[in-house]
Amino acid sequence: MKQLPNVNRGARARLYGLLLLLAVILVFIISMNTGTLRLSPRQLGLTLFGFGSQQDHLVLFTYRLPRIIVTLLAGAGLGVAGAVLQGVSRNALADPGILGLHAGAAFGLMIFVSFFRSLEGPVALLIPLFTFAGGILIAAVIFILAYDRHKGLIPMRLILVGIAIEAGFSAVTLFLALRLDPDTYAFAASWLAGSVWGRDWISVLSLLPWIVLLIPYVWTRSKLLDVFALGDETAVSIGNRVTPNRLILLCAAVALSCASVSMAGGIGFIGLLAPHIARRLGGPMHRHSLPLSALAGMFILTAADTVGRSVFAPNAVPAGVVVAVIGAPLFFYLLMKSKN
Amino acid sequence: MRYSHHRSAKEYVRMSGIPMAALLLLLSLFLAVSYGAKSLFLPEVWSAIFQFNSAEEAHQIVRNLRLPRALGAAFTGMAFGAAGALMQGVTRNPLADTGVLGINAGAAFVVALAFAFLPGLSYLNLILLSFAGAGLAALFIVLLGSATPGGMSSLKLTVAGAVAAALLHSLSTGVAIYYGLSQDLAYWYAGGVAGVRWAHLKLLVPIVVVTIVWAASMGRSVTFLSLGDESAVNLGVRAVRVRVLAMIAAVLLAGTSVSVVGAVGFIGLVVPHVARRVVGVDYRLIIPMSALLGGVLLEFADIASRMVSPPREFAIGSMVALVGVPFFLYLARKEGRSL
Repeated sequence: MKQLPNVNRGARARLYGLLLLLAVILVFIISMNTGTLRLSPRQLGLTLFGFGSQQDHLVLFTYRLPRIIVTLLAGAGLGVAGAVLQGVSRNALADPGILGLHAGAAFGLMIFVSFFRSLEGPVALLIPLFTFAGGILIAAVIFILAYDRHKGLIPMRLILVGIAIEAGFSAVTLFLALRLDPDTYAFAASWLAGSVWGRDWISVLSLLPWIVLLIPYVWTRSKLLDVFALGDETAVSIGNRVTPNRLILLCAAVALSCASVSMAGGIGFIGLLAPHIARRLGGPMHRHSLPLSALAGMFILTAADTVGRSVFAPNAVPAGVVVAVIGAPLFFYLLMKSKN
Repeated sequence: MRYSHHRSAKEYVRMSGIPMAALLLLLSLFLAVSYGAKSLFLPEVWSAIFQFNSAEEAHQIVRNLRLPRALGAAFTGMAFGAAGALMQGVTRNPLADTGVLGINAGAAFVVALAFAFLPGLSYLNLILLSFAGAGLAALFIVLLGSATPGGMSSLKLTVAGAVAAALLHSLSTGVAIYYGLSQDLAYWYAGGVAGVRWAHLKLLVPIVVVTIVWAASMGRSVTFLSLGDESAVNLGVRAVRVRVLAMIAAVLLAGTSVSVVGAVGFIGLVVPHVARRVVGVDYRLIIPMSALLGGVLLEFADIASRMVSPPREFAIGSMVALVGVPFFLYLARKEGRSL
């Protein structure tokens, strides 16, 4: 955390931001080319600007583009949610998935499929609502249990409680899952494993406001996050109301990750990977690292989805599995390095 | 205590703890055998066991379905309980458990792979694979701990285990989705003793019993280790050797159990704490006590899982989690205070 006075962190962060943005655009183009129907970059360009064939237009605008945009948005949401959670809890290992928020979303999904038993038609529009509610519910339970009357929210306890509550909700989810018929179960399982689920424009529209409103909001609060990094006592002594601020930021992170997960499925580890990369590139100031986290999240999730769709074709491996395979080793590495 | 002639009330509780737990286990076994779609009472159960008559339906039910199932629950519960006690003793970590640390998930992952790639594997091979998975997961956690400067705290070890379990679960799901066998795997993951047959017990019972006896014979060294490495070394305990042997025993126990009932967690977490309350700090007593209580817990979990909404069965793993999660929360709160 040594701050060298001569290094212009802002300029460096902007440079890396630009590079990451280019990487995102590159993955975006590759992702649009990937699939059973290949579109060459030229066809792609033509179709994007309305000169392509009818079929290309259909493939791109109805199937591929919405899915990729959902992936991008969810990646950004999860990346920023992870960065906020890590900042607030002063723990480089915090991640929405590890905290158990995904288990809540999974629980919501299972409640939904158990009650409606149908995934077709207009009812399906309610799925995000249920998963979102599940995530919020589990977050509330975790906060209440981790809350100490005298000390406020204790970050360490947050993680332990998260693990326990996750196990509890997973048990109920598993119980509900076993009562489903095989087809519904197959859908639920691939959702839980994080195969990008939202594939139409409605998903894009329902995810967009969360991302567009909450990420800038969190960004304007980046000073607060920097202050949290100094420790609670210092934060209080320079006039920061720790507990309310922590709660507001936590709520923003929960909302971001629940919205993302409800559209993209139970994808863990992005909230861990993205902020870590961002801090490496942009330094510890959240003003710089938050946008980088968003970009890194976009890049990772879109790349993982593309890999999952193409490498194992004709079957697809959920993006969540791909991310977990990359993310878990990094997690263990960080765990070994981190001080107690 | 050894030198006092007047035994305190506490000591009587301590001494009677193990016989009481054994009685409780027998009682739960009896309940498990008699409860079911067809209720059976003591005389029938007794005669089915000791004067077996293959013409009688009740005898057939007891012999071929209920008894193996009940014994399966008892012995796997015993294995999980003893494994948890060993892990908590040698790591001096109150949250240690083969489930929490991802060892069960390791075994389950390998078995899942076996389902996908080698269907129709014999039970012996399945057990061996399950051992291998449990062993690899344990090795991984141990290496992770030893590669960390200053060792791993309770919290870090728990988080590492949770993440390892999450990764393994995610991989298993990936394999299952890819090969289109997801719900079969889910059933298996959820755990259950409904499928236990005598053929399983023939392998399960000897392994579990021998390993628990072996583990209890290590009890003295484990007790010293649980008091701290320095005092253990002063008392002539070879810390590394005991730790390795205890881990091997825990892996054997967890691996065998997982291959039979699936990745049931929390038993090894809850039971040793209860055992310590009753029998004190001596692991020569804690290990057998944890084994017995583990058997009782899983047996009751199985009975409850059948009672909730018959004829369906509740997943036994979920049933144990109902007890395990609040308990874990309680421990985490207690631990959280010292963090």
